Amino acid sequence: MKFGVVLFPGSNCDHDAYYAVQANLGEDAALIWHESEDLSGLDAVLLPGGFSYGDYLRPGAIARFSPVVTAVKKFARSGGLVIGICNGFQVLVESGLLPGALIRNRNLRFVCKTVHIKVVTSDSPFTNASKTNQPLAIPIAHGDGCYYADKMTLRQLENEDRVAFRYCDTVNRVVEEANPNGSLDNIAGILNEERNVLGMMPHPERASDSAMGSTDGLVVFQSMKATLMGTAR
Amino acid sequence: MSTLTTDLITKHGLTMDEYDRILDRLGREPTLTELGIISVMWSEHCSYKSSRLHLKKLPTEGESVLVGPGENAGIIDIGDGWAVAFKIESHNHPSFIEPFQGAATGVGGILRDIFTMGARPIAVMDSLRFGMLDDSKTGIRNRHIVRGVVSGISHYGNCFGVPTVGGECIFESGYGGNPLVNAFALGIFRKDKIFFGQASGSGNPVIYVGAKTGKDGIHGASMASSEFDEQSEEKRPNVQVGDPFLEKLLLEACLEAMQTGAIEGIQDMGAAGLTCSTCEMGGRGGSGIEIDLKYVPQREVGMTPYEIMLSESQERMLIVAKRGREKEVYDVFRKWGLDAAEIGVVTGDGLLRVKDRGEVVAEVPNSLLTDDAPLYDRPFSQPPRVAPLDGPEIDLSKNTALGDSLVTLLGSPDICSKQWIFEQYDHMVRTNTTSGPGGDAAVIRIKEADVSLAMSLDGNGRFCVLDPREGAKLAVAECCRNLAVVGAQPIAATNCLNFGNPERPEIMAQLVEAIEGMAEACIHFETPITGGNVSLYNETLGDGIYPTPVVGIVGLVRNQDKPMGIHFRQAGRKLVLLGGLLPNATGRKAQAERRFGSSQYAKMVVGGLWGLPPKLDMDYEKRVHEASRRIVNTGLTESAHDLSDGGLAVAAAKSSFGLSGVGASIELQSELPVHHLLYYEAPSRILLSVVEEALGDVLSIANDCGVEAPVIGKTIEERLTFTVNREKLFDRSVDALYEHWTNSLERSLAT
Repeated sequence: MKFGVVLFPGSNCDHDAYYAVQANLGEDAALIWHESEDLSGLDAVLLPGGFSYGDYLRPGAIARFSPVVTAVKKFARSGGLVIGICNGFQVLVESGLLPGALIRNRNLRFVCKTVHIKVVTSDSPFTNASKTNQPLAIPIAHGDGCYYADKMTLRQLENEDRVAFRYCDTVNRVVEEANPNGSLDNIAGILNEERNVLGMMPHPERASDSAMGSTDGLVVFQSMKATLMGTAR
Repeated sequence: MSTLTTDLITKHGLTMDEYDRILDRLGREPTLTELGIISVMWSEHCSYKSSRLHLKKLPTEGESVLVGPGENAGIIDIGDGWAVAFKIESHNHPSFIEPFQGAATGVGGILRDIFTMGARPIAVMDSLRFGMLDDSKTGIRNRHIVRGVVSGISHYGNCFGVPTVGGECIFESGYGGNPLVNAFALGIFRKDKIFFGQASGSGNPVIYVGAKTGKDGIHGASMASSEFDEQSEEKRPNVQVGDPFLEKLLLEACLEAMQTGAIEGIQDMGAAGLTCSTCEMGGRGGSGIEIDLKYVPQREVGMTPYEIMLSESQERMLIVAKRGREKEVYDVFRKWGLDAAEIGVVTGDGLLRVKDRGEVVAEVPNSLLTDDAPLYDRPFSQPPRVAPLDGPEIDLSKNTALGDSLVTLLGSPDICSKQWIFEQYDHMVRTNTTSGPGGDAAVIRIKEADVSLAMSLDGNGRFCVLDPREGAKLAVAECCRNLAVVGAQPIAATNCLNFGNPERPEIMAQLVEAIEGMAEACIHFETPITGGNVSLYNETLGDGIYPTPVVGIVGLVRNQDKPMGIHFRQAGRKLVLLGGLLPNATGRKAQAERRFGSSQYAKMVVGGLWGLPPKLDMDYEKRVHEASRRIVNTGLTESAHDLSDGGLAVAAAKSSFGLSGVGASIELQSELPVHHLLYYEAPSRILLSVVEEALGDVLSIANDCGVEAPVIGKTIEERLTFTVNREKLFDRSVDALYEHWTNSLERSLAT
């Protein structure tokens, strides 16, 4: 099983994602250069965090034009698993693979800390190894992580069970105080209509190794692995 | 006839004596471009002309030191074939003029110093000093500077992808007009893959890579070598503008290009830009460099040779490649979308020769710019006495008020939580940070080798202004103690010396005393200084900063799954004060009262400093470190926290601020004055929380090391209490104290 970790100029969580897949999940990983249009041989694609193309204009706005994103779209259309983390989520939103937008944090400051999120649906290739309502302690690190979408989109996400994660407090309540960036409905991660593309602001690769304090993020990669092996619940 | 007027010469920051030295060494009058080149290399910032003589007193050699001062960064061996490069540098002056860009480019500059040697940066820390946030006159400006500096560091470090893992942040009125921004960076590499900033091999191509040259930052180094006055606003164009994205690409491209084997030498363009990199590379290589400016990638048209040579545009590097293998270098830089252009060749004549479209515009011996720069033995007198020796009487009848002072201290700017700052820094990227900001020392694991690195930055202007020699020693002692608390053995140090105008004998005296104190302590604690930086002229309108030597020390931690934390974990544990209640407290009462005058209590509760810094016994201190390492590394304690600002009371409170919500009940029996027991900042002390069964072993290690270790209470649920001689002075809920401590900084910045 092979995960492709896309490397844009300015990606900086590529090494971390690569390490989490190889060392913590125990699967193969390869770095995919942003000019590559060839994703053959990959079972899943991961768009990592960072500042692709310097986040010039808007986070993800330039990355959407890169050759690799064209290939990622094709990969997703054919049913491949695609996960975008942090800047990767922003790229997925900008390139139209996921709805809505990620705008500046409400307090206008970058924020890096461990937050709590809860799994809203375990019915996805990225969460099937977890339980619905399971709380996860996972770090965030972003300046533009406020999820925004129009009412209709929000309702659609809700009705189609496509909200993957919401920010919650330490006792698993989805409350405003637990919302670190102003995201509508405390949304921390969403799925596409076909459920094979996930975008999330929290960094599961930073919570995949016991040395880092939490291994709660590993469940995302384990779910993907189970899906790909056909052993998902 | 002379074309350079006296006015022009002094505007370049040169004295007429220095100009005569130029005439003498050059044997002719310099051109305007040469004057610019020489003046910037002879500036205090680049030449260390006031400090060089005294810096020689610092120890620089040690078993693990692979590269000492004089290179872009110091390098130490951490075993298994791995090495780390680290250094601290100031960006004080630019951060006052333009806080965001000043601080951002400070981080950018120190990162380049690390990766120019071939190391990948894996950690950054920052030592910050600002003016008081609540000052009625300057508070608004000071708050603006804090916000700007923090967002500048956040912007640059986060985008570059290096974790900012720790640091310190202190507020004193003296830093209002002269904030200090000292940035530390550390990188890792194989020890047989070190690159140096030297030009060797006549005929080898000199290649310029990275950002284009613009007009920003011209004379930045000279600006950093003078005092500020009312016209400082006009110096804003001297501040460089940074682009962390470009730096990230430059990092990846440089490290990749180094792998090709085609690179002979490489140096970043920092202060004094192209000038400094060309003459220093030539100087170190015993060669010369000839460049033609027409090949230099430029951001705008019509730049003069003077401007191109003095520009401090960021994110640029100079590479000497092996002739015939240039293409390998170009290919890598093209892949990363960066400019790379051959701008000249290495020569054998020891000269820096600058041409503009073939015409020579400057030709100066490298030696004149480097080793032959002026060296001053500036006169020094005694450090000035800025506070009275004896302080006001402290009313001991109000013992409970003494307890309540803890609330004041916990909310005070130096002691309160710096969460508002460090949450804006990505301190986790690269997934190595096993202990991030908020602890005594930051700890990062090295995935490649079976080892972790601990690091800490410490400085103490309050102590140094009262006694620079003792203050500098105390800073080194505290830094080593911070490492000992996480079980680390200190290996080597870097320093940043922030002082006022060295032309004033009493300021020069502070500098000399601090260097000598630091040297003594670094020898004692076996932490050689492998490099660093001196920042002088930190004065605005004659109002100087506290003398502020900052030291950064790196140590090794072995065999640890999780680094030792400062927080209590369980109720019912014994509290052991390793080092003793008040070590070195012998002596007359008046003497002890004097040493209390340097405390946070004096500053925040009494309202002003007096007296002297606490007394340090370096032998005893070192034994405390040894005991701490042994206790921590054998897993005998659940928490360990060093006592510093605010003494025992503050340390106990901070140890209570963990997720567990466990507090402490401290019961003391002593003849010593209560305010000393609670708030005296004696060094050599570490607070431990120990399970009953381990207590015997802890005490026996302390005994072996010849260190006192009284049991001073126990951990309890939810509350923090102090009882002295059976009188309960303080009893509060940990939650309420925590709220006060954690929100204080944000509150002061919001107003």
